[in-house]
Amino acid sequence: MRITVCIKQVPDTNKVEVDPVTGVLKRSGVDSKMNPYDLYAVETAMRLKEQSGGSVCVITMGPPQAEAVIKEAYSLGADTGVLLTDRAFAGADVLATSRAISAGIKKSGDFDLIICGKQSTDGDTAQVGPEISEWLNIPSVTNVKSITSFDETSITVERETPSSVETLRLEFPCLISVDKDIYIPRLPSYLRKKATADREILRLGINDLEDSDEKHYGLNGSPTQVQRIFPPESNSTREIWTGDGQQLSEKIIGKLKELKFVREVK
Amino acid sequence: MPKLIFNENKIDNMESFLKICPFGALSCENGRVVASAACKMCKLCVKNGPEGAAVFSEEEKISVDKSLWSGIAVYADHENGKIHPVTYELIGKARELASKTGQKVYCLIIGDNIEAAAEELRHYNADEIYVYDRPELKNYLSDIYTAVFEDFINSVKPCAVLVGATAEGRELAPRVAARFRTGLTADCTILDMDKNTDLIQIRPAFGGNIMAQIITPNNRPQLATVRYKVMNAPERQETASGRIINCSIKQEQLLTKTKLLTSQPKASVKTIENAEIIVAAGRGVKSKDDIEMLRSFAELLGGELACTRPLVEAGWFDARHQIGLSGRTVRPKLIIACGISGAVQFTAGMNNSDCIIAINKDEKAPIFKTANFCVIGDIYDILPKMIQKLKNSERS
Repeated sequence: MRITVCIKQVPDTNKVEVDPVTGVLKRSGVDSKMNPYDLYAVETAMRLKEQSGGSVCVITMGPPQAEAVIKEAYSLGADTGVLLTDRAFAGADVLATSRAISAGIKKSGDFDLIICGKQSTDGDTAQVGPEISEWLNIPSVTNVKSITSFDETSITVERETPSSVETLRLEFPCLISVDKDIYIPRLPSYLRKKATADREILRLGINDLEDSDEKHYGLNGSPTQVQRIFPPESNSTREIWTGDGQQLSEKIIGKLKELKFVREVK
Repeated sequence: MPKLIFNENKIDNMESFLKICPFGALSCENGRVVASAACKMCKLCVKNGPEGAAVFSEEEKISVDKSLWSGIAVYADHENGKIHPVTYELIGKARELASKTGQKVYCLIIGDNIEAAAEELRHYNADEIYVYDRPELKNYLSDIYTAVFEDFINSVKPCAVLVGATAEGRELAPRVAARFRTGLTADCTILDMDKNTDLIQIRPAFGGNIMAQIITPNNRPQLATVRYKVMNAPERQETASGRIINCSIKQEQLLTKTKLLTSQPKASVKTIENAEIIVAAGRGVKSKDDIEMLRSFAELLGGELACTRPLVEAGWFDARHQIGLSGRTVRPKLIIACGISGAVQFTAGMNNSDCIIAINKDEKAPIFKTANFCVIGDIYDILPKMIQKLKNSERS
């Protein structure tokens, strides 16, 4: 099975604060580790490869230093890695990101299965996976909690919805987004890390892609625009309520209604 | 194309200028400032650098003719005809946005044998309900549902589409957005609409500590997903008003490479970790029998019952229900701590909850340092009254 795993480098912390006066982000937003959810995607790929043979390719988009997550994937057993890096990719929203990654996947060869993690810890949207499948015109399924079986032409997976567990068969090529806990991710191997230290990474810029129109990538290719960022309303509310049981019970119920925990009855 | 232009002669202190970028994307090469691929175009260097040091230049983008796209559409999420309540909340929001901008509210429902569900949607004040009712659409499959959605958008041309951020909506909305090469904003917490029909979308970014206001100014339709219980649901109206429009779709558009083999209802496993509402009992509960009072309170709120360590040690609760350092860590939207003093070992397991209400007789109880709403009173006085009120409003 030829498997491609989409991974992302994310900041080590999601503790971000905005200075309410200047509007400045108070953190170092330098991306530094592999998105934790991607470890489950890499693990799923490794398990499938161990059973079926084939290869695991990882792909990421980011600044040059994002090659660190590809090296990390190498130490987990990935065979090849692709880094999409170009200033023209900067400032991409979901559409422009998925467009660039799908173009990179096309460029890096044929595949049977693409595996994504549930979502990234910095963007938190869980949308890039399904959008990649749309660009590649392949079937997709999210919330995959286990792999049931696979053969030459298809893979059968279990998908969890809030009320049921569905078993679905998808024809190759296809894309799955796996849930956390599908498998326990392995630890990086030191020996493999040493052995793969010099392994090549395929670096792709905009001119390496089939469609190299600058208008399609990065900020230019992003239909959504961030107009402004601002700190959320402080949730450090602290109120002290006193009174008799009747007053206090009414006050609590009123608050629960206001916060929509209890339906308002008119 | 939009880009950043740097005027090095306006930068007095290069080092501090480069440090403005929270993403470390700026560097100085041979005296020229360069933004790397890490640049997120946040424009903080423009805003916070010396006047004119960084300039954001943007050419006019080719914009769509916004007048061709009208109406706010809501995707009706349902399971075998049972409509997910987020749908009603979105219809309510759509109505609010529509009346601001003089547009119609549309509803899209896809499935098999969904006449009754479509009929129910008529009671929530949508103008038109588009129904794709066919045996092939019985189960949600991303590829064919995307095809149906495409057909709907092509024939109706709504300016905005709202989708509930359910498991299904979170998969379907991105596929539809990519098919129309348009923008999608996930998990919006606030929605508004500009006079020019631009949807103003506000969502938490970077893990929730910052809010971002996002628009899709040059593309239509504009897509947004919203989580359940974020918007207000409108009241069901006695008289049905929406017009039902039965839609057909060509067989060849319903080809799929996905097959649903089995679908098994899941026994709902309730754990305190994934509960949205928790009622927690502490040593203020005097006897094991009194737990029933808290249990019925929790049930009326649709929440789970949890406890502190002494109650587990007393054998009143199973250890799975214990919150705290030696128990479980919870982060519900609401936790009501009843008769809990609030030892640090307990609060460490729940202090990230969105809303904390604490009821305790002792006004000096440490729990009041953690709580948002500190109710100084006796649970044996307050809880029965609340239970009665909740029961009354259930009946009405």
